[in-house]
Amino acid sequence: MTPRARMLLWSAIRHIVLLAGAGVMLTPFIWMVSTASKPQTEIFSSDLHLIPYQFALWDNLLIAFVKADLWRYLLNGLIVTASIFGLQVLVALPAAYALAKLRFLGRDVLFALVVFCILIPPQATAIPVFLLLHKLGVLDTYAALVLPFTISVFGIFLMRQFFKTVPDDLIDAARMDGISEFGIVWRVMLPTAIPAVTAFGIFSVVAHWNDYFWPLIVLNSEHLQTPPLAVAHFRNNEAGTNYGPLMAAAMVIIAPLVIAFLFAQRRFIEGITLTGIK
Amino acid sequence: MAPRDPAWVLASFGWTGRSQAAYALAAPAFVLMLLMLIGPLAGVIALSFTDYQLGAPAFSWIGLSNYREMFADRVFWISLKNTLTYVAIVVPGAVALGLGVALLIQSGAGLKSWYRTVYFLPVMATLIAMAIVWEFMLHPQFGLVNGLLRAAGVQGHSWLQDRGTALYSLCVIGIWQATGFNMVLFLAGLVSIPKHLYDAAEIDGAEGAWSRFRLVTWPMLGPVTLFVVAISAIRSFQVFDTVQVLTKGGPSKSSEVLIYTMYTEGFEFFRSGYGAAVTVVFLAFVLLLTLLKSALGNREVHYA
Repeated sequence: MTPRARMLLWSAIRHIVLLAGAGVMLTPFIWMVSTASKPQTEIFSSDLHLIPYQFALWDNLLIAFVKADLWRYLLNGLIVTASIFGLQVLVALPAAYALAKLRFLGRDVLFALVVFCILIPPQATAIPVFLLLHKLGVLDTYAALVLPFTISVFGIFLMRQFFKTVPDDLIDAARMDGISEFGIVWRVMLPTAIPAVTAFGIFSVVAHWNDYFWPLIVLNSEHLQTPPLAVAHFRNNEAGTNYGPLMAAAMVIIAPLVIAFLFAQRRFIEGITLTGIK
Repeated sequence: MAPRDPAWVLASFGWTGRSQAAYALAAPAFVLMLLMLIGPLAGVIALSFTDYQLGAPAFSWIGLSNYREMFADRVFWISLKNTLTYVAIVVPGAVALGLGVALLIQSGAGLKSWYRTVYFLPVMATLIAMAIVWEFMLHPQFGLVNGLLRAAGVQGHSWLQDRGTALYSLCVIGIWQATGFNMVLFLAGLVSIPKHLYDAAEIDGAEGAWSRFRLVTWPMLGPVTLFVVAISAIRSFQVFDTVQVLTKGGPSKSSEVLIYTMYTEGFEFFRSGYGAAVTVVFLAFVLLLTLLKSALGNREVHYA
């Protein structure tokens, strides 16, 4: 076999194997869309077909939006993820700046604590945090969903590493201009750190939009549910009767992140694999 | 500025304006860290030595009683065994597939970013929504999986309702979800292998894809692989969503896992003390893996 023929053969094998794997990866997504587009009678039939005979996606979406009140849950998801990210930045950036650029007694201890806290898995602190929120009387509120995550030690760590690379001259120049240390964080450091903040933002939003564990624990009221909780709730209520609308609801809930991901793949992959460093 | 520098000493002990500002800037983070992370971590350990139940007016210190009860409980051992089984299946599965896909993607030029996107999609999509899709695909009567099996002339199965297959079905979902994440980490590792090493290997007579892989790629990827294994193990230990929504740990505890046990004890029966003891066991495993990962992470620097 000539080298060229061998290369062609290898390329063909590569595509066949990768396409087969891609097929498996995509099957749940394809089946979700297919089922969401079928009327009840076609879903409950032993005749498997991908393209529905009768296109029922709009009906199923309508039922999902009316029955499961999806707008409300999407809004809850938006409120919760945005509040968490906003507060995380508000808390983490000043601390990261202090740790990276200022000298104060106890700085190394504080940084060691930050690194230590990164190691704590979120499930480990669930019971005491739940009891704390119970004592504060804020269980079953937005505050219960947001408060425990306002501190992101990982965010502090990440931003501190980034701030370390910012030249001191820039900060000194700002001080000459009479900007306070607090002002430096927001007017000098933040603008230089936009790429790092974006990566952290994607990491944070994806994690909290998809989080099921914590909302499940602290919420009772239906009207506060976040999207993952709402779709699980919808499933329990319909208990295997209404697969079309259920799949439509699942579609709607994964849609915002999936669409954003398709538009900014590189950034998303970067942001999410930050957990790898974690 | 060296620590002996007078300005440093002054800044450390005197309340210069700047160090005062530093305390003010770090204070919110510090307070929240104590309140939401360090305090609760100490709290969970302390709680595990009490008989506290949510809503009870008082509690008492009961020493190791929770642990004694736990170690005598059949469910705890089943839960631990299932968790370890899950980790033992998902980690090799998702790491091997992630590596395989990354190698295949990197070995050619065509459709690179398209493949990367597709394989990464399950990482992005809300797991709970996709778990519900999987549940429907595994439906005994109308599911896609049994339908395809039927078409191939194979008897279908009640995957999630059978105690013999429930946990393994969850493992499949776990592997499906984790492969893309591992792939991305491996791709990053592959890109960082200097190209001149391949040239050198070729000059030394290494011909063919296999010998290039054996002599260059694999040794260079070794540290990354260990790192990916540790991360996958930590993430698999935390399996909860699919269990809670699809099987509730059943049938007859066949898919009960540690975090699910903690959840039912701590948040359904409100036995905070006992739930805390289960958490401590979980914590011990995860911290062990995390320390292992940090050790590997530091070693990785020498190869980068």
